Amino acid sequence: MGKNLYQKVWDDHLVGTLENRQCQVFMALHLIHEVTSPQAFGMLKDKGLKVAFPERTFATVDHIIPTDDQSRPFQDEMADRMISVLAESTQTHGIEFFQPNSGSQGIVHVVGPELGLTQPGMTICCGDSHTSTHGAFGCIALGIGTSQVRDVLASQTLAMDPLKVRRIEVQGTLGPGVTAKDVTLHIIRTLGVNGGVGFAYEYAGPVIDQMTMEERMTVCNMSIEGGARCGYINPDQTTFDYLKGRERVPQDAAFEAAVERWASYASDADASYDDIVIIDGGEIEPTVTWGVTPGQAINVRERVPDPSTVSGLDQELMSDALRYMQLEPGAPIAGTAIDVAFIGSCTNGRISDFQAVAQVIKGHRVADGVRAIAVPGSEKVDAEARALGLDQVFTEAGFEWRLPGCSMCLAMNPDKLVGDEVCASSSNRNFMGRQGSATGRTILMSPVMVAASAVSGCVADARVVFGLEQSS
Amino acid sequence: MSDLHQRSGRAVYVPGNDIDTDRIIPARFLKCVTFDELGPALFYDERFESEGASKGHVLDAPQHAGASVLISDVNFGCGSSREHAPQALQKFGFKVVIAESFAEIFHGNCTTLGIPCLKMAAEPRGMLADLVTQLPEAEMLIDLQTKTLIFANQSFNFDMLESSREAFLSGRFDPLDELLVAKSKIAEVAARLGNVSMSR
Ligand code: SF4
Repeated sequence: MGKNLYQKVWDDHLVGTLENRQCQVFMALHLIHEVTSPQAFGMLKDKGLKVAFPERTFATVDHIIPTDDQSRPFQDEMADRMISVLAESTQTHGIEFFQPNSGSQGIVHVVGPELGLTQPGMTICCGDSHTSTHGAFGCIALGIGTSQVRDVLASQTLAMDPLKVRRIEVQGTLGPGVTAKDVTLHIIRTLGVNGGVGFAYEYAGPVIDQMTMEERMTVCNMSIEGGARCGYINPDQTTFDYLKGRERVPQDAAFEAAVERWASYASDADASYDDIVIIDGGEIEPTVTWGVTPGQAINVRERVPDPSTVSGLDQELMSDALRYMQLEPGAPIAGTAIDVAFIGSCTNGRISDFQAVAQVIKGHRVADGVRAIAVPGSEKVDAEARALGLDQVFTEAGFEWRLPGCSMCLAMNPDKLVGDEVCASSSNRNFMGRQGSATGRTILMSPVMVAASAVSGCVADARVVFGLEQSS
Repeated sequence: MSDLHQRSGRAVYVPGNDIDTDRIIPARFLKCVTFDELGPALFYDERFESEGASKGHVLDAPQHAGASVLISDVNFGCGSSREHAPQALQKFGFKVVIAESFAEIFHGNCTTLGIPCLKMAAEPRGMLADLVTQLPEAEMLIDLQTKTLIFANQSFNFDMLESSREAFLSGRFDPLDELLVAKSKIAEVAARLGNVSMSR
């Protein structure tokens, strides 16, 4: 019986077994940012410890950075202090820091792949749950807490229990106007927000095989929203083509050697799995959330569920979610008025996301009364978008084109919902209060769906608004 | 060694499934460079109106003041990996969390901080929650060795992730010292994996 990628990468990075029988696992790459690492550096200092492998550690700022004016000091004193602490800590410990205006700053999960730091077969960790994004390259990529950030800084290892592996095969082909975001929302809707607890997800099948790397990142990004500890896709030619020539990737002959090594991590054809789930890609439609977890999702043509059709706790949860969202049971989700449209985040803030929207939004205008912002995921995405004139296209359509950062994904910077505003968002979480207002409402969807909703002033089917059905 | 396997304290029931880390500690409180001030912000948006007036949340009920055992429902602590959530619970005074299930990263963070996460099925948990609500002054006695807890003269069984239970029983829930022991083995793995030409 062969091995799957998870087993191969795990075995390759295993240092030993701890007394409580947890495994000690080496982390090939450690990414840090300003929210979850300052405290870890403080803990190191308290213990008089040094960073063991500064050359395997990279820092960026993303969560708290303003997206309108990034000149220092920021208006928000604490935000400014957090960046200063990160700058000092990285300098003290000899860690490379992608500062604003360095040309490399951006959301940590956008930066790693685009620089080529993220490479197949690695164990990667970061004090951020969406580290699962990097799994798109065939990595075991784990979100960790601050004490674990401390552990990795000090030892480059983590104490971990092994995971089970569930293979999710997405068969068939996607319909026109159906995107990677819809695939991941559909999977979470199908398996539940805690369906993945204890698992690493291996995404496979023709739909995944045909995806670009950026689409694969969107899928892996949301593994965590389905409860999985991480998600990955086996490295293939698409992966190697993406990595070729990237800044931090071996070049020339060394690249060929690296490809050979990378390819060897892919799951064997006869690998075993703890579970296999088959999803029919042809059934997936543009998907939007109606509730307060990413699993509370329906396709855009469906109606909001009616709590009276379920019982017990489910009924309670559904009623609470609908009350919070101020949605009528049984009403169509399409047509729900929106106040804000947000395109960005580590889920959908990459160049292809903006290209996809630019392609359809030309000639359309954001509806009156809708505040629409587009926030590139990194300085590189921003530069590329500008070089292609995408910022123009967005601005002409009535979007504001902002500077890179996490922005309204979790609103730790000044980009926030106000009161109970409804936001059509390309991000990954629709938790209560997620976008900066305790009563703010988030409806998750793909970037083209956000664009369709922005121009319609309400949740709308991109296939209809942009005539995508005919175009295929 | 009894202090390692026992916990005791008064309890409070905060009902809800899928209580995520943003609810446990709203994102705006994540702006900090130490965790010291997080306690009062625990469940802030559920406890207070935007102007700061109390909403009469159970955590603020006088009879539950000083409770150190938190009982909740399914998939507690889902959402973000940030340790601010367990840190806020700990700073608020919680030493144990009981739920039907826990999100994994949250669970791991709790263990490292020394907060045991006890798993209890819906039915006994419902009974326990009712009792706790009726008898807010009563002490709960938790035994990690036998995986039982005693409350109001009734005994309840719970489950725990075995590696985490062992970590608590041995007092080694913070793995850092042990991780550092393997220095030469770590260097070996690092060398074998090679420099991936990442740094400039
Ligand atoms: S974009 Fe959102 S989900 Fe991604 S790292 Fe930033 S805050 Fe987290």
